[in-house]
Amino acid sequence: MFSKILIANRGEIACRVIQTAHRLGIRCVAVYSEADRNARHVAMADEAFLLGPAPSSESYLRADKILEIALKSGAQAIHPGYGFLSENTDFANACEANNIAFIGPPASAIASMGSKSAAKDIMLQADVPLVPGYHGADQDPALLKAEAEKCGFPLLLKAIAGGGGKGMRVVNHIGEFESALAAAQRESQNAFGNPDMLIERYLTKPRHVEIQVFCDKQGNGIYLAERDCSVQRRHQKVIEEAPAPGLSDETRKAMGDTAVAAAKAIDYVGAGTVEFLYDEDGSFYFMEMNTRLQVEHPVTEMITGQDLVEWQLRIADGEPLPLQQDEIRIRGHALEARVYAEDPDNDFLPVTGTLHYLRTPKESAHVRVDTGVIEGDEVSVYYDPMIAKLIVWDEDREQAINRMVHALESYRIGGMKTNIGFLRQIADSKPFRDQELDTGFIEKHNDLLFQTAKTDIQSQLALATSFLLETERKTQPNKDDPDSPFNLQTSWRLNADYSRPMEWIVGEDHHQVRVVEHRTSEKQNGYEISVDNVSFNVSATLDDDHLRAVINGHRLSIHGHLAGNDLTLFREGHQFQCQLFRHTFEDSDQTSGGSLTAPMNGAIVAVLAEVGQVVAQGDTLVIMEAMKMEHSIRAPHAGTVSEIFFAVGDLVSDGAALVAVTLAETPAAEEE
Amino acid sequence: MSIIQSKINTRAEDFIARHTSMQAAVSDLREKVSIIEQGGGPSYQERHTARGKLLPRERINTLIDPGSAFLELSQMAAYKVYEDNIPAAGIITGIGRVSGQECMIIANDATVKGGTYFPLTVKKHLRAQEIAEQNNLTCIYLVDSGGANLPQQDDVFPDRDHFGRIFFNQARMSAKGIPQIAVVMGLCTAGGAYVPAMADESIIVRNQGTIFLAGPPLVKAATGEIVSAEDLGGADVHCKVSGVADHYAENDQHALQIARTCVANLNRKKQITLDIKPSVEPLYPAEELYGIVGTDLKKPFDVRDVIARLVDGSDFDEFKKNYGTTLVTGFAHIYGYPVGIIANNGILFSESAQKGAHFIELCCQRKIPLLFLQNITGFMVGQKYEAEGIAKHGAKLVTAVACAAVPKLTVLIGGSFGAGNYGMCGRAYSPNFLWMWPNARISVMGGEQAAGVMATVTRDGKERKGETWSAEAEANFKKPIIDTYEHQGHPYYASARLWDDGVIDPAQTRSVIGMGLSAALNKPIGDTHFGIFRM
Repeated sequence: MFSKILIANRGEIACRVIQTAHRLGIRCVAVYSEADRNARHVAMADEAFLLGPAPSSESYLRADKILEIALKSGAQAIHPGYGFLSENTDFANACEANNIAFIGPPASAIASMGSKSAAKDIMLQADVPLVPGYHGADQDPALLKAEAEKCGFPLLLKAIAGGGGKGMRVVNHIGEFESALAAAQRESQNAFGNPDMLIERYLTKPRHVEIQVFCDKQGNGIYLAERDCSVQRRHQKVIEEAPAPGLSDETRKAMGDTAVAAAKAIDYVGAGTVEFLYDEDGSFYFMEMNTRLQVEHPVTEMITGQDLVEWQLRIADGEPLPLQQDEIRIRGHALEARVYAEDPDNDFLPVTGTLHYLRTPKESAHVRVDTGVIEGDEVSVYYDPMIAKLIVWDEDREQAINRMVHALESYRIGGMKTNIGFLRQIADSKPFRDQELDTGFIEKHNDLLFQTAKTDIQSQLALATSFLLETERKTQPNKDDPDSPFNLQTSWRLNADYSRPMEWIVGEDHHQVRVVEHRTSEKQNGYEISVDNVSFNVSATLDDDHLRAVINGHRLSIHGHLAGNDLTLFREGHQFQCQLFRHTFEDSDQTSGGSLTAPMNGAIVAVLAEVGQVVAQGDTLVIMEAMKMEHSIRAPHAGTVSEIFFAVGDLVSDGAALVAVTLAETPAAEEE
Repeated sequence: MSIIQSKINTRAEDFIARHTSMQAAVSDLREKVSIIEQGGGPSYQERHTARGKLLPRERINTLIDPGSAFLELSQMAAYKVYEDNIPAAGIITGIGRVSGQECMIIANDATVKGGTYFPLTVKKHLRAQEIAEQNNLTCIYLVDSGGANLPQQDDVFPDRDHFGRIFFNQARMSAKGIPQIAVVMGLCTAGGAYVPAMADESIIVRNQGTIFLAGPPLVKAATGEIVSAEDLGGADVHCKVSGVADHYAENDQHALQIARTCVANLNRKKQITLDIKPSVEPLYPAEELYGIVGTDLKKPFDVRDVIARLVDGSDFDEFKKNYGTTLVTGFAHIYGYPVGIIANNGILFSESAQKGAHFIELCCQRKIPLLFLQNITGFMVGQKYEAEGIAKHGAKLVTAVACAAVPKLTVLIGGSFGAGNYGMCGRAYSPNFLWMWPNARISVMGGEQAAGVMATVTRDGKERKGETWSAEAEANFKKPIIDTYEHQGHPYYASARLWDDGVIDPAQTRSVIGMGLSAALNKPIGDTHFGIFRM
């Protein structure tokens, strides 16, 4: 076995690999970018080397540097994880050339599967079923019609040059074919200047079912059951599970054998995944093969009891497969949910920020959290915004779902928006529980999955107010004098009832709150909290981040995190964010008009102003792009552009001054 | 541990009657305070807020730590004293926590006669400074005042305890290391200009605050120079040119935020050397005080039933319980702070006076704050008592009270008459704080007694001249005297004239005392040196 390996990756997968390697007594070398200096994978490794600046192209994709480090540090093998260099043939070749084992398939296998059309040809020859259809150049209408009949209905007519749904038609039976073809061609001609069509069988309820295969250098191959990854959002897997619900043993065996055959067809070695489209009638069609360890490999580990990274290491070291096919046992059901820093209410746009507050579910034989971050870490623009993978296992699917829902409810992240509430909503939804799976699941059940977005803001804000008040009470200004009535008697006034005004911001909306305290005892307060004139009776106690509140007679338990004026409440997996409105002032300086700062990390895409230019209030000065969105930086007041600090293409960090605008004239001067 | 077993029957007719009368008195107080809190009234308040300024109480609420308590002082100041209605004497004072530190806050109310200083405005301002000095509290002045009220200048300007004393106090407190912070949120004219100028640090609000020795009208009259208020003494002038102010604020909120930062940078910490215990609530509800005490001073009550509703866990360790029983003395805690309580439970006799003096010596030796619960008609009179030397025994108590250097807090929970007031730490004995309940009365003697004394003198005179005096005529003679005593002995009359620091709801007494103790403990307790006790 190797005594030292290098992990050419970051985040949770680097941590995951290190964990197994350490268990096997293998020393680990980590690599990191400048952004990851304090990352968890660096801390976990036995030694670590700096690759370069944060962008992947200058760090984790620098094959040359990684090899150099491997040689320097004496690593005998490189584990590429997933993404980055994991499916890079040049890198695999370079490893081989330097006599370092690449923990993955041979470069030739990667290359074979790298091109989708080439891969399909190989699979066709290996008798692996492909989605029926016609991709030929001959566009004779009669030929197309004959091919359509051969393919079977319903089918899909797609523009070869197409995209975005233009020039696309679903044809349900032969009678519709000619008119549909004409319409699709016309549309395609108009949109792309090319009327050429391809024909494909249209699967009405396709599922994404993939087979985990393993091959050793001795030429043996086996499969470790399947995973169902149908719950997807824009081809991004959201929840994966194993085994696939409703899959018969025969189908499993048929798919497994096919997958192993596919792997053998390209002389595969190591861990690989063969992805199929699975139709309701039990038929399945090859999509592609991923020549690496998949993100969702833990669900397979949970039901087979095997450590796939250990298998990878053993096989890369030349050992034969640890088990034979008939020794693979499937037990129970496992689910994986991918926790992302993203905003489900804003089209799942990725978000960045600091993980100010991070509470993960308690890990056990049933619950596993694979993560590369700890509280206080940044989720930056440079890498995938996945925070963690939450994996649960139980005896059957229903219990596993219950576990997942519960685990998501106790997963709390403050400091940024996440998809945790959305994941919980999926896991707990009726169609998911009823196994109504297909790749259109999220689109189809959109209304159901997003309905909780319209939570009762008033009662949430009553809880938020209560959390704030209790936090204030816990804040002792003088530890020597903890029970001074100035501390205990909150909002106390002599001979008067004080109604304390507060203002919360939720999204863009401001909500007015008034609090009247009525004390049941000196150390336990009751409040009457009025939110937008809706009144709530609340009493609460706060223990660290855990608020136990009784709101209008309803006893409930929530968690919260207050960072400055930003409060995040967590309740049953849902996150509620609000901001306390307080007048805050920068150190004022009349003579400068103030600088304009970047609202978040991003890149400058346009500079519309010039130094010396006179601008009016609201004029756009700079456009930056962050999180795939453009943000206009506008003049807050009339004045003259005195300085521009960045140029197009520059990366700027949150809060960086972009432009300085000198005030047109001082208010005092205006009065004269 | 000796828990007071308070056996009160809350269904008894007498209890209900007392409760009803006290409840009415408290309701009247709260209603009056709610009107006083409206300052100069809606139209002046609107004019004030339309300029983007916060009302004085809003300023205080913004200045103090969010959600913390504010102990307002002398709410009834100037109540029905002047022809004009001057709510709270046009100035709001009180103790609040700013950046974790208990501070004295003094805020002009510009909605009341432009925040000008009437005689009682001056008195209230000086009293607040006196409290700050006595208790070592940082002073924050929220200035918004036109200065001395010119028609009343003779009662505002010339004497020792008039306007000039404000600046004298600022200088002396600054010298003692008690920080003086001024926030100029409006006018600061003439003498008023010295508030920010004498302050350790000052903040001024742009386009609102002005500081000048003479305003534009006076400047024009004096020299013919025409200048705007802002150009004469606005924030730009004083922050950029003159240096009279240190911090430039965009508006009220900003100014108050800066003031909070100033306090945060004071490097001051409340040093408590007392043995503080966790606060435990009394075992009995505070509202029961209404039914125990009532408003009829002639009806007695056991003061232990009052103490049971003020102290932690109703736990009261009595000292000399069986000696001089008309004065109750003992040790307890309030909000965890140790306190020695001296409470009247009847008229003062020689034994009770000596007991009180002894107990004060104990507390001073041990540096335990003293709480006086006054309900006293006076010292016992008569030949027997004079002969046993009640005057010298009373003098011992007065000496002990006068010299005690521990914090002293006095609450008038009933009558406060004659020398009893002295022995029980009345205003003249400089308690750190003195409050009155709405049922309390204060005068040199009771109205009945005063009328009786004067009637006896009159009758003796008439009888010497051989005249007769009908019972009806005597009653007519006595009535106005009794009425005058009742009127002048009323807490509102007293509080209006700053004879106390406020009229308080009995049910809030525990909190008020607790805050008073908390404030007083900002100053380390010194050693007491007693004068000669006449033996």
